[in-house]
Amino acid sequence: MNWSPLFLSLQVATVAMIVSLVVGTALALLITWKKLPLPDVVAALISTPLVLPPTVLGYYLLTILGPNSAVGRAFHWLTGGDIIFTFKAAVIAASVGSIPLVVGAVKIGLDAVEPTLVAAARTLGASPARVLATITLPLAGPGIVAGAMLGFARALGDYGMTQMIASSRFDGLGIHQESPASIFVIDELVALREESARNMAIATTVLGVVLLVLANRLTRRLHRV
Amino acid sequence: MSDLVAKFEVKRGEFALDVALRCPPGITCVMGRSGSGKSTILSVLAGLALPDRGSIVLGDEVWLDRARAIDVPVHHRRLAYVFQGLALFPHMSALGNVAYGMRETPRAERASKARALLERVGVGALATRRPRTFSGGEAQRVALARALACSPKLMLLDEPFSALDRGLRAQLVALVKDLAAELAVPVVHVTHSVAEARQLADHVIQLDAGRVVGEGKPADMLDLEALE
Repeated sequence: MNWSPLFLSLQVATVAMIVSLVVGTALALLITWKKLPLPDVVAALISTPLVLPPTVLGYYLLTILGPNSAVGRAFHWLTGGDIIFTFKAAVIAASVGSIPLVVGAVKIGLDAVEPTLVAAARTLGASPARVLATITLPLAGPGIVAGAMLGFARALGDYGMTQMIASSRFDGLGIHQESPASIFVIDELVALREESARNMAIATTVLGVVLLVLANRLTRRLHRV
Repeated sequence: MSDLVAKFEVKRGEFALDVALRCPPGITCVMGRSGSGKSTILSVLAGLALPDRGSIVLGDEVWLDRARAIDVPVHHRRLAYVFQGLALFPHMSALGNVAYGMRETPRAERASKARALLERVGVGALATRRPRTFSGGEAQRVALARALACSPKLMLLDEPFSALDRGLRAQLVALVKDLAAELAVPVVHVTHSVAEARQLADHVIQLDAGRVVGEGKPADMLDLEALE
């Protein structure tokens, strides 16, 4: 069996998890900030990827990151390469879907931090950055781990956006590249290689379940602290 | 010796607090019924709440002056605040809690100094344990040690003994009295208990509906019981 689509999916999901965890935690902190103007509008904007069809999101990403867009041209000028139809695009596609889930989980973690603990740290001379690093984020740990878990799971299962901006099928430039597992399965089905598709589907399912069990155990351990 | 001189007004809907306080080094007990503004006074002194108008001066340091747009952030006011719920950090050991506020102590000396403070308040054996394993009295002592560790210029106590039984309360009242004498800074202690105020206070401030209605030596305050 060709394991490389699964490894590629793992690589994409791992990097996307890190990206969505960093961006998602920052956004969760932003929406819990008391002075944020129009917090409900900001929260709704962050959740938008959950309600839009993947094709619509994929269209936006193509428009924003494509080789003729300002971002795409600036990236090409800086690095000589493209974003779309590369590993980076697969990570971006997976992250866009993961970020709202990460924000939701991290926000639950942040809301569970007792305000008096934050106040106590401030009265003990801790700067806002130190309070964040030593009190808020560690105590929001279970929410952050849950966010990472959800983000990883969502990234591993992304299909729609990945298909549109990172798949060789839509690669107008004709560059052949390897596909992650979600796309490999449909490519194999279309090519009437059903056994290969089935093996990949089962391997992806087993991997997903094992990772979720491990993440659940980690979350429980953190809750006990 | 630095007196705390504060005068401020806070308006939050129906509630209005308008007070002028002078707290010399030693223990000042702020007494009053629930809702009279006692805890709000501590929040404003700590910098956790911003009054609509007023000033706070400790010795020659101006912490707050709304008219001159001075508002020293909480973490730059050198104070110790023992919260009603104590607010011990659950993910840190007793040692970690006590060492947290030791900004000016070299890192290498923090653990030994924190250990000495825990010994001082009688809970040296708890050093490596986490707060969820403490009894009520132990948690109080760790909270006091943590407050002392930052070498405060002002100490604020928000009914820290309210959840304790009488025996423990008497022990801790004696401990606070000793610690306040050692610190020689203003200690503002909010309490409901007349007995506690009589035992602890060098000075009593009576509060009613957001205003100071009396102050003086505890022995002179004949109608303290009326506040209970």
